[in-house]
Amino acid sequence: MAFDIFLLEVILSGLMTGVMYALVALGFVLIFKASGIFNFAQGVMALFAALALYDFLAEDGWFFAVFGFTLPVWLAIPATIVVMIVLAWVIERTVLRFLVKQNEIILFMATIGLAFVLEGLGDLLFGSDVKPLDIGIPQGASDWLLDSFNLYIEQLEIFAAGTAAVLVAILAIFFQRTRIGRALRAVADDHQAALSVGVSLDKIWVIVWSVSGIVALVAGIMWGSKSGVQFSLSLIALKALPVLILGGFTSVPGAIVGGLIIGVGEKLAEVYIGPIVGGAIENWFAYMLALVFLLFRPQGLFGERIIERV
Amino acid sequence: MFYRESGQLKSSYVADQAMFPIAQDRWFVFGVLALAFLVAPFFINEYWANAILLPFLVYALAALGLNILTGYCGQVSLGTGAFMAVGAYASFKLVGFFPEVNFLIVLALSGVVTAAVGMIFGLPSLRIKGFYLAVATLAAQFFLIWVFNKVGWFYDYNLTGMITVRPIDFFGVRITGPEATPAAKYLFTLTVVCILALSAKNIVRGRIGREWMAIRDMDIAAELIGIRPLRAKLSAFAVSSFYIGVAGALYFSIYLGAVEPVEAFDINQSFYVLFIIIIGGLGSVLGVFLGSAFIVLIPILLKNIMVGGMGFDSGMAGHVEILLMGMLIIFFLIVEPHGLARLWQIAKEKLRLWPFPH
Repeated sequence: MAFDIFLLEVILSGLMTGVMYALVALGFVLIFKASGIFNFAQGVMALFAALALYDFLAEDGWFFAVFGFTLPVWLAIPATIVVMIVLAWVIERTVLRFLVKQNEIILFMATIGLAFVLEGLGDLLFGSDVKPLDIGIPQGASDWLLDSFNLYIEQLEIFAAGTAAVLVAILAIFFQRTRIGRALRAVADDHQAALSVGVSLDKIWVIVWSVSGIVALVAGIMWGSKSGVQFSLSLIALKALPVLILGGFTSVPGAIVGGLIIGVGEKLAEVYIGPIVGGAIENWFAYMLALVFLLFRPQGLFGERIIERV
Repeated sequence: MFYRESGQLKSSYVADQAMFPIAQDRWFVFGVLALAFLVAPFFINEYWANAILLPFLVYALAALGLNILTGYCGQVSLGTGAFMAVGAYASFKLVGFFPEVNFLIVLALSGVVTAAVGMIFGLPSLRIKGFYLAVATLAAQFFLIWVFNKVGWFYDYNLTGMITVRPIDFFGVRITGPEATPAAKYLFTLTVVCILALSAKNIVRGRIGREWMAIRDMDIAAELIGIRPLRAKLSAFAVSSFYIGVAGALYFSIYLGAVEPVEAFDINQSFYVLFIIIIGGLGSVLGVFLGSAFIVLIPILLKNIMVGGMGFDSGMAGHVEILLMGMLIIFFLIVEPHGLARLWQIAKEKLRLWPFPH
């Protein structure tokens, strides 16, 4: 039954990669839902968050140079969250505020500009070399699974899956049960109606960008622990796009399910189709899958049905 | 005082539909063309051709193609880089097969090949819209680049995986490779760009261009008044890809000379061209030239100021350049979301009244 074990391993590792994609896609969905902005800078935000976190932890960072000590992990993460909130506030103040009511493609281009700014800023502040990020997440294969089921799975990936589940649960409670969550959903539903019943749009935007900044931080930590903090981190944003298509731009469960489907599909394709056509099909397979899928269901798996009126 | 249309009466429909109805505009355009064709070739040198004029013209042409699709027909595409690659590889293979054929014909055929590929990837536009379509065009971007990288036939099984332009003569004058003079490269590119820009201006004023704009403004309403979305959207994809393909062929054959698909046509190319049309102005032929000039000149200017003027080292300057570029883009979108073409129009309005306030 060696073959089945192998298949299972491929599927499981695909699922785990899918969780990572889903984490990035989640940030996109949050911002798209609340403001209709397709935030291209999400990947760079993950990079920026990971860089900032590294800076608090490492001895070659600014923080050490200025204060002479480094923060322990349990302090560094809140500190990075504060950085992301400040970033969200600055973005709202300097960019979004002036672009309300603009065409969505203009907003999209603005976020590409934002991605450039963050990339340049990150490089300037923290340098562009690869940085190892270690915050004590267990590494290596899980011994228990290896011994009892002969399965090879990275502990880090199991940890990431657990974190993602917790994160989604927290977000769900936040959206459904809290006052701010209700306001967020109101804004997502209809900007003008929300404004007229007294929801402050500026505040909501800052909050939603902060939340997706925190999601970006989680994604940044996971990817950073896996392969080091480096520029290619911002490119996973591109991988999150087919996930979004598959799941629908406005659906949180969609981002998760889409991420899992893309992760598994990609791994299976790489293992079983890849060798036939010459390999490295991971780059485009997800897009093709999403494209074919779109032809049958244009709004994605869980997206809201598109109703068109003249 | 000088820029007024009063007294310029039109006595025929032909005059009424002229491309530049105001005499001053006409003279201005003729003046610029004369400068570009008759004066610039005598002063051009290697640096000016390779760093400024050739990229300016090539990107303007690619942006013109994308503007037809995005600015006039409202379909956002992020696959421009890949379509440029299709044009480049088509011209490479065609010159290999038919070395004797006139290069203009090769360019046109490369455009036709790209148009065919563009129509295939345009098919999803019939069902999906907006950002869903934009992401779908990314499939074209990654898939095509992968194909050019993997399938040996496209690069003649060259060990480096690169394609290098063959020496091409155009009516006895060498226009590609290191032996070609900058003036020859420049004049050939300029001619192609001018012809295509003139055609584009006329296409978008005609029936098909109006169909595109109707689809852009509201596709369901357009369908109700009898415009066939299938024909309008696919024709927009075809014409747009034709332009981008020709731009890609020029980019490879004349501007760069040798390309490697992963670097030369990556997704940043697509964004680059998209920036040009946003900064220049969506739905404007003039805009693509203004936007292209902006995008080509600003990095050079920034680099000169920072490395030459302030003594930054070039790595640092690279980071600052990205940062400033992003800021400029955001700044432009905030100040004038309709682009440089709109600023130009405002300036003309002001000029009509000048020096009087009303």
